[in-house]
Amino acid sequence: MVTNCEGSDGIVCHYAHPSRREVIAGAASASMVISMSSGTTAQSQGSGSGGGALLIPVNLTVNGTRHTLTLDSRSSLLDVLRERIGLTGAKKGCDHGQCGACTVHVEGRRVASCLTLAAQADGRQVTTIEGLASADGELHPMQQAFVDYDALQCGYCTPGQIMAAVACVNEGHATSPEQIREYMSGNLCRCGAYIGIVAAIQDAAPKMRRA
Amino acid sequence: MRPFTYQKAATAADGLSAIAAGGAGTRFLAGGTTLYDLMKLNVEVPSHVVDINSLSELEAFDTSGSNELVFGALARMSNVAADPRLIRDYPALSESLWRAASQQLRNMASLGGNLLQRTRCAYYRGGEPFACNKRKPGSGCAAQEGINRGHALLGGSESCIAVYPGDFAVALVAFDAKVDVLGPGGRRTIELEHLHREPGSTPHLETMLEPGELILRIRVPMTPLGRASTYHKIRDRESYAFALASAAVALRMDGDSVRDVRIAIGGLGTRRWRSRAAEQALRGRALTPETARAAGDAALQGAKASRDNAFRIELGARTVADALMIASRRT
Repeated sequence: MVTNCEGSDGIVCHYAHPSRREVIAGAASASMVISMSSGTTAQSQGSGSGGGALLIPVNLTVNGTRHTLTLDSRSSLLDVLRERIGLTGAKKGCDHGQCGACTVHVEGRRVASCLTLAAQADGRQVTTIEGLASADGELHPMQQAFVDYDALQCGYCTPGQIMAAVACVNEGHATSPEQIREYMSGNLCRCGAYIGIVAAIQDAAPKMRRA
Repeated sequence: MRPFTYQKAATAADGLSAIAAGGAGTRFLAGGTTLYDLMKLNVEVPSHVVDINSLSELEAFDTSGSNELVFGALARMSNVAADPRLIRDYPALSESLWRAASQQLRNMASLGGNLLQRTRCAYYRGGEPFACNKRKPGSGCAAQEGINRGHALLGGSESCIAVYPGDFAVALVAFDAKVDVLGPGGRRTIELEHLHREPGSTPHLETMLEPGELILRIRVPMTPLGRASTYHKIRDRESYAFALASAAVALRMDGDSVRDVRIAIGGLGTRRWRSRAAEQALRGRALTPETARAAGDAALQGAKASRDNAFRIELGARTVADALMIASRRT
């Protein structure tokens, strides 16, 4: 189906593509595919046309910790966070910037980490859901509000919702339920917990401003 | 995704020489929200990517001048949308930005990249086995007899009816914007109205940019029409969707009558669409719901429906009419 290929089911399309099969010829398991796309497969260094490289050095500071990595140029920030650094809070939903499950902050701004090349985040500060609570384990006001207002059911979209919500408040876009809905529209929740999500953001916004 | 070599450009000149050295398979990377997305679908398969995000001089924008608004090609959509001067004096430009995509994507996407955003046609994005003259010249157009509810009613051809999905370019064309580009042949300026091509028999050629040309900035001449303007966008859902129909309109009233007006429509054409026939239908007339509707009908004149999208002719006319009434309350 065309719609499957275009929509949130991008992974199916991605992996079923003939050229993909060429690339993974001989590799039968899906985990092989994932490890290749996350840049962990050894690949010979190429100088390429115009002086670029297939393997590139990337420095990331994630939740205050510096990581020096050598990455396949194709790696997304999301795959590097999950597969190389081991921070699996940010989720892979559509892998095409359409669902918001992968939302993290780069230099304090919310972005779709699945559509960000890891190379684009070189030298930048990245914050994920794992970096939100304080060192003593006290939840961020937005995390606590999501618990208090039952703003989730299955929880898969929740890390992205919370990272987007924190940015939404910091941007000044959480001043009314209407504005919250508009500026949170990039985060889909298929369980339909939207009422709780809006209520949680309304609750957390003044607490964040006081903090 | 096919392997590619990656390189950061330190200066615009660097970027251009990298593109020249890399050949036809080289692409500039700005926000990446279109390019990286299409690379994941194997629709874009560059062999070399030149990251231009270090060209910080292209990030700036200036809305304080007295002659023109100037936007660097790497200014991010979210930053420009939030500019107080733009919100006050050119609401259509701000609205066309914040009513597009999500805040995450607007934080990433550049204005230059947004102008060059690729179509959302499912047959283009879907890859094989679907025929698409834009993706694979000469293979045909699966949309002509396929699911074409979202396809173009204006500017299509037998080769392609893919919609140009952008919003900002629609608002810009209403304000006679220009783009400055730098390429192997030096600098030149292109009227935004002439930046995109009609598909004709060569839908794979989407813009008038020469190979290796880079958009440096977008310029909009100051106009008193800015204040009474709006970008009205009708979607399947209230937010975070591409337009079924949209309209950028700007008005300058003289009492009850329309002294000057700009009307551009989006979501309906194969490229941004300025409707001078609709503008002509209103100029010098009183603005009423009836004359606004007549302008909407004029804007959709010549619309050619496919199997599933005929409803968008009426929707488009009403969108223009509603936009005119919204703008008139801002005078």
